[in-house]
Amino acid sequence: MKDSLNPLLVSRRWKPWEAVLWVVALVSPLMLPGHALIINEIAIVALFAVSLDLILGYTGIVSLGHAAFFGMGAYTAALFAKLVMPDPTVGLLVAVVVATVLGAICSMTIIRGSDLTRLMVTLGVGLILMELANKLDWLTGGADGLQGVVMGPVLGRFEFDLYGRTAAWYSITVLLILFVIARRIVNSPFGATLKAIRDNRLRAMAIGIPVTSRLAVIYTVAAGMAGAAGALLAQTTGFASLDLFEFHRSADVMLILVIGGTGWLYGGVAGAVVFKLMQDVISAITPQYWTFWIGLFLVVLVMVGRERLLKPWTWFSRGGKA
Amino acid sequence: MLTILFDGVAYGMLLFILAVGLAVTMGLMNFINLAHGAFAMVGGYITVLLMQRAGIPFLVCLPLAFLGAALLGGLLERTLYRPLYHKPHLDQVLFSIGLTFMAVASADYFIGSTQQIVQLPEWLKGRTEIGEGAWMLGMGHYRLFIIAVCAALTVGLQYVLAKTRFGSRLRASVDDQRVAAGLGINVNVVFLSTFAMGSGLAGLGGALGAEVLGLDPTFPLKFMIYFLIVVAVGGTSSITGPLLAALLLGIADVAGKYYIPKLGAFIVYCLMIAILIWRPQGLFVRQGGKS
Repeated sequence: MKDSLNPLLVSRRWKPWEAVLWVVALVSPLMLPGHALIINEIAIVALFAVSLDLILGYTGIVSLGHAAFFGMGAYTAALFAKLVMPDPTVGLLVAVVVATVLGAICSMTIIRGSDLTRLMVTLGVGLILMELANKLDWLTGGADGLQGVVMGPVLGRFEFDLYGRTAAWYSITVLLILFVIARRIVNSPFGATLKAIRDNRLRAMAIGIPVTSRLAVIYTVAAGMAGAAGALLAQTTGFASLDLFEFHRSADVMLILVIGGTGWLYGGVAGAVVFKLMQDVISAITPQYWTFWIGLFLVVLVMVGRERLLKPWTWFSRGGKA
Repeated sequence: MLTILFDGVAYGMLLFILAVGLAVTMGLMNFINLAHGAFAMVGGYITVLLMQRAGIPFLVCLPLAFLGAALLGGLLERTLYRPLYHKPHLDQVLFSIGLTFMAVASADYFIGSTQQIVQLPEWLKGRTEIGEGAWMLGMGHYRLFIIAVCAALTVGLQYVLAKTRFGSRLRASVDDQRVAAGLGINVNVVFLSTFAMGSGLAGLGGALGAEVLGLDPTFPLKFMIYFLIVVAVGGTSSITGPLLAALLLGIADVAGKYYIPKLGAFIVYCLMIAILIWRPQGLFVRQGGKS
């Protein structure tokens, strides 16, 4: 078969607009120097959303406990910087490894059972970790959070500055590297089997896909990526708190992914941009009650149909399928 | 020790009343409803506000809380929930999280974020002690009242489910919705009344529990996990499953907090995960029903 006819290879090829997008992302801290901090946040949240997309969008596991790995990565990075050495790259690697190990352990819990069971188990893992971080206050600072984390310069050369420009570049670079890896995974034959599992588990089993091990592997990888996102947040803000494990973080990241569209890696990135800007605007208008608007948005989103959000021309026609 | 057991039973009964509606709706419609706690909060706030602002006695408030939450539940079922029954679980989760967020923020906006206090009537305030030493049993009158009300409700529910015509229709719809509809059961009406009932019970539970569990705008989020544990562990096919799960959870939680306060809620979550890994469909599953 010719290469250009193989759908796996076609979707794998980099398109010109993707390169443009990444160049824009890398230049953005220079163009908008006043907004480097929010660019940094967007990059981190985007990475978090992409990691969730691997399990939710591509494999169809509804998880409400993805913040567990995010928080784990953040605490690991912060503790590593505080107790062992302040180099960010090494800290990042350690955080990823720890979160991956945690993910591998937790992946045993999501293999069996229905959606509800999985929801509960993922939620439970997040709550257990939060409880642990709260009670081990000699190590984590308890409810006050882990303060006084001082980071060394990136690669020994680039100091973190006050305006967050180094932080933004650091986060975007990490996002790019992990994005490429994720892109490679979902466009490989392995990724195709994941989609098969999502669409019809029984049939996937029947054609000989080892469902259990595929689920475990992708859950572990996603956990590692979420850990990287958490580590970035802890390193660039120099702070880790219990808030990282909170339920609303898992809910937020799910919302981000849904805004951008599941089963599409750029969905996480697009959702992160929209969500962060929206949060910025709404919380400037009503700082206390912005969760109301988020909630309303979610309800309307589901009522309208989430696949329609990206296709405005279908809004006013009565959908045949819906 | 008996006191702890007693408190645990009271807590468990309360959780059961709060969660039973969720168990039935989840089993019936296969709908993952994370917003169930919001109905409980509505019931709690109806009671608190009626007592504080209008001076209505506590006992009159309880049925009103039930009615208010049931009405709201019925209304929302008809308008918002029904189109979502056949959507994927992800949609349902998103929708109900959104509803919960809205409930939390509006309660915060209209009533304020402070903890609400229920003024119990005089005759519910006391405490009776029986026995001595390690086997002393101290019973708060209010907790006794909770146990009595919840036990009566449980018996009533069991009677309705097992003996009445509505109960058999409901069980038929739970087992297989399509066949039930084919036999001429109006499944939509069964769904509507069951949802309203479940919401009403949650409202009643919220009203009863306002004093024990505390009532503030984050109530739906704080207790969502407990309701879900009851349902996930107990299974959705009968009401004895959730009842036993609720009692187990109540006793484990109270005992855990009393004996090992350092570990707090830790034990409950570990227990839940262990049980769910061991039996993913819940502890008490009836054979033959459609899962």
